Amino acid sequence: MTVKLPRFTFWRGVFVFVVLAGIYASYVRFTQGLGAATNLSDQFPWGIWVGFDVLCGVMLAAGGFTLMAAVHIFNVERFKPIGRATLLTAFLGYVLVVVALMFDLGRPYRIWHPLVMWNPRSVMFEVAWCVMLYTTVLSLEFAPVVFERLRLERPMRILRAISIPLVIAGVILSTLHQSSLGSLYLIVPQKLHPFWYSPLLPVFFFISAIAVGLAMTIFESSLSAKHFRRQLELPLLQELGRILMVVLGVYLVLRVQDLYHRGALRMVLEPGYETYLFMLEMALGLVLPLGLLLNRRMRESQGGLYLAAVLVVLGFITNRLNVSITGMEAAAGVHYIPKWTEIAITASIIAIGFFIFALAARYLAIFPEERPQAELRMPAELSHVAAD
Amino acid sequence: MGKAILYDATLCIGCKACEQACSEQNHLPYNETIAAEEATSEHKFTSVLTRGENYLRRMCMHCEDPTCASVCPVGALRKTELGPVTYEESRCIGCRYCMVACPFSAPKYEWGKVLPGVRKCTMCAQRVAAGQATACAEACPTGATKFGDRDELIAEARQRLAQNPTQYVNHIFGLSEVGGTSVLMISGVPFERFGMRSNYVQEPLPLLTYRVLSRIPDLVTLGSVLLGGVWWITHRRAEVAAAEGNATKPGEKEPETEKNP
Repeated sequence: MTVKLPRFTFWRGVFVFVVLAGIYASYVRFTQGLGAATNLSDQFPWGIWVGFDVLCGVMLAAGGFTLMAAVHIFNVERFKPIGRATLLTAFLGYVLVVVALMFDLGRPYRIWHPLVMWNPRSVMFEVAWCVMLYTTVLSLEFAPVVFERLRLERPMRILRAISIPLVIAGVILSTLHQSSLGSLYLIVPQKLHPFWYSPLLPVFFFISAIAVGLAMTIFESSLSAKHFRRQLELPLLQELGRILMVVLGVYLVLRVQDLYHRGALRMVLEPGYETYLFMLEMALGLVLPLGLLLNRRMRESQGGLYLAAVLVVLGFITNRLNVSITGMEAAAGVHYIPKWTEIAITASIIAIGFFIFALAARYLAIFPEERPQAELRMPAELSHVAAD
Repeated sequence: MGKAILYDATLCIGCKACEQACSEQNHLPYNETIAAEEATSEHKFTSVLTRGENYLRRMCMHCEDPTCASVCPVGALRKTELGPVTYEESRCIGCRYCMVACPFSAPKYEWGKVLPGVRKCTMCAQRVAAGQATACAEACPTGATKFGDRDELIAEARQRLAQNPTQYVNHIFGLSEVGGTSVLMISGVPFERFGMRSNYVQEPLPLLTYRVLSRIPDLVTLGSVLLGGVWWITHRRAEVAAAEGNATKPGEKEPETEKNP
């Protein structure tokens, strides 16, 4: 029997290159320490591993709770077909956030310490508990998809019995966690630039997580159309687009009001590094997508919705990086540019995320049309339990 | 009674005896190169800054309500009753939130180590607990760094400012900055000349996050009831339909109440 090698394609080449670079960077990180592997310093202790991997990673996983709430709490069954894909993204997202944390923490083997050493006054303590509990909830919510494949009926019944409390716990933990990543920065009123420091930071982080959750759902549906030839029906995407438009509108008004009341709005006229990146964030995340979505023809077309979703995702990635990096630089007195090793590790984590998603999409029933093959089919009663 | 350090910059002659004593106390290397470094770091817990003929000592300010202790997820940093803010290395997970959050950027990190920890001045907590003065105060030849009870040192600082109003900037740094600190500083030149911020928040920073965190228990209970209620209402119609024996629309799955087909 001959072993068939996978066909070599451009993206597979990129994947192998990125992962090899990541492996070398990990070696540097764990044998020589954070100083050798990063451009972090006493002046600038948090870089892209926190700003991108953790803040953006959690934000991009927000589709999971947004959709679970819509389908199971508000009973909007129309969205059920994409439930599993967003749940998988959320679960993978959180697992990868934990992986990234293992690189960023100075003493990763003590990651369990917040379980037994409590400090309820710390936002980081809350973040630690939320990540842990919500990852558990996500794995339980996603487990039926795996149990279904393995025909495990007993655990399936147990999960079915607790499914609604589980969904409610998931929505509450997400709400707490998404907002608490913003609360992390409430403690630095004198270090974070006025464009981004606001007492409303937790509220902004929460609302934008919902917007990004919706945008990611549209984006993923289009991606799966391209690679797996499966996607949502257009009317569903259009409905997501309309909700996205409203959420973005609410965020924009609240954000501008906040800037105005804190007297930071006039700073938009002062040219400078922070101003340009603030403008970029507002343009990508709010002005351009809102412009697109307000146009009826764009809002109802596949391409228009896809473009708006990509813009929202890019805009709010810019926002999280602005809060964690751009806005902190002036007070730190240094410019932070990530070292190649930092980028290599972040890129490999993303690449591995895509890889696992592709594997799961192939071997599990993630997309609606793709029910398990006949011999693996669950009894009809049980397949309902699966968190679709 | 809380202990404190009073640093009077007008008495400081920049001899750096405090730096040397601090290094010995904490078993840190000290030589001319390190003496010339004008910043605190993992290997230098206090630093005497020089601007012309003026000096200013920098170190951990040992806040009355320390930001670092409030943000640490595992309680590795603590305010002791006597005043020093101490660090317990064996708890630390290395998240570096203390470094981000500290208004004075006092905690420093061992970036070169594979298993690093946070380093900073601990106000000689062990000596203070044993009733001794800090090593820096004991080493100071001019009395610029003085150790004692915080209340008494505040009174003394006020007295010095009142007696020589022309010699001092009329400000006791640490009296009310971020809610007060256990290191108090008075100076003949503005603190901003040494790169210090001029507008420190006057309330303890932990209040900013506590206001949000303290609402979590309410939010969790309220949210659970609200979401549970919404679920009950939105699924009621389907339950009624099932009870009346109506078939559900094709493609629409019956939730929890469905009987075996």
